Amino acid sequence: MVRFENVGLRYGMGAEILRDITFDIAPRSFQFLTGPSGAGKTTLLRLILLALPPTRGLITLFGKDSGQLDKAAITALRRKVGVVFQDFRLLDHLTTYQNVALPLRVQERDEASYRAEVMELLRWVGLGDRMHVFPPVLSGGEKQRAAIARALIMRPQLLLADEPTGNVDPSLARRLMRLFLELHHSGTSVVIATHDLALMDQFDGARRLVLGDGRLHIYD
Amino acid sequence: MTHAPDAEQARPPIESVDLADAWSHTPLVPAETVAGRALAIVIAIMTFLAALTAGFAIVLADASREWRGDVGLEMTIQVLPRAGRDIEADAASAAKIAAAFPGVAEARAFTRQQSEDLLTPWLGSGLDLSQLPTPRLIMVRRDPGKTLDEIGLRSALDSALPNAVLDNHGAWMQRLDTMAQVVVGAAAGIFILVLIALALAVGFATRGAMAGNREIIEALHFVGAADGFIARQFQFHFLRLGLRGAAAGGGAAIALFLILGFLSRHWSTSASGEQAQALFGSFSLGFSGIVSIIVISLGAALLAGLMSRAIVFHALRGFFGGKD
Repeated sequence: MVRFENVGLRYGMGAEILRDITFDIAPRSFQFLTGPSGAGKTTLLRLILLALPPTRGLITLFGKDSGQLDKAAITALRRKVGVVFQDFRLLDHLTTYQNVALPLRVQERDEASYRAEVMELLRWVGLGDRMHVFPPVLSGGEKQRAAIARALIMRPQLLLADEPTGNVDPSLARRLMRLFLELHHSGTSVVIATHDLALMDQFDGARRLVLGDGRLHIYD
Repeated sequence: MTHAPDAEQARPPIESVDLADAWSHTPLVPAETVAGRALAIVIAIMTFLAALTAGFAIVLADASREWRGDVGLEMTIQVLPRAGRDIEADAASAAKIAAAFPGVAEARAFTRQQSEDLLTPWLGSGLDLSQLPTPRLIMVRRDPGKTLDEIGLRSALDSALPNAVLDNHGAWMQRLDTMAQVVVGAAAGIFILVLIALALAVGFATRGAMAGNREIIEALHFVGAADGFIARQFQFHFLRLGLRGAAAGGGAAIALFLILGFLSRHWSTSASGEQAQALFGSFSLGFSGIVSIIVISLGAALLAGLMSRAIVFHALRGFFGGKD
């Protein structure tokens, strides 16, 4: 599904912040991406999302070499990937419903064709009564769930979540993790970037991709 | 967990609301993040200037066409006083030769008094001009439906009257034509400069709006929005602003021309009014001129939309990866 081969990344003329990164993400897999703050977890997620071009190496996404893709092909691939940003990236001038429906609207689909689906998903993440509310009045946990719902609405083949439990209390964190596991069991590959060791320990069998000193260590 | 404000609570359940209209028309780029009012004013001013320039060019071109039409239908035979010749008899026979020539509708000799009156603006009134060798003029009007053999008329006059000169006003018309072309060319140049300034203003505003909405653009990209979709969000915004500004600017220009037309008609009885009317016609744009200003205004709005779209496309190329 995703394959990195000897990928390196540097900004400008600076030192490489990611070096010789080689790994793959299999279909229907579940993994944590971890490492200390500033290790490059978010950067690695951005590379997977093709939001950054690597300085060297090869990135293959859904069997396609990222270096050979045009804009339209990248857009098409991004529609197969759901992303939960650390800072949510909800649009403050849109309601929760509109934020969650955004991936469908940008495909210019008829609103009537997805309204029921969006509402059902909002109820599933516990935001059924917060559909009309704008993000500034949502709590951190509600924003997190809205961001997750937005990432899931397209039924992505791959879900990337950047510190999805960073802004919530432990009980909500566990609920969110159960949600990700449920998604994984339904066939989606999940990558969760976190530096929360306690959280990872609760899912002992999960694969761990550990970033440190710009290199990636894999613990299957 | 915070709760929604009362207003939120008061809303009807989502199932009972027809969301389709509201949602599909909700702008993804917030209106308040675009310097809307200032840009609409700039577009209004630019459209006004562009319409004014084009309007004056149209008025001048129309006036020039009228001059050429009027003057082109007329020729003048000048009978010069010569020793030993009877100028009155020469003038009469020149008028007779011209009137009988095919393609001439009318040949009318000016009387001595009329010829002397033509000198009054230069020499002043109350002078006795009888001692001056005043040439006599014959106004020849072409028949617009027939062809006039100018060379034949000229040679007929030359053989009968050595002191008669036929002037078809060609040199004067040439100068008039050149002047009109220069004025219309200058107006076209100013018009193009105004449009360039308008495009640049929209370009700066678009860049500002993009910088202010970078996070939104990034979020749209990551949820799978194509560049064209994002560009349309900005284009829609700037097209709407453009329409607002262009309507104001174009409307003001049309109003100004209507007022000038009314005033020129009102003042046409005065001496200065007559001169202005002779130079610029009636100052009336006419239906085609008003349509031209409306087209210019729509063009300015369209230019704003297309310029913003082009800028967004160009900027998105630098934002994220991927070949074009």
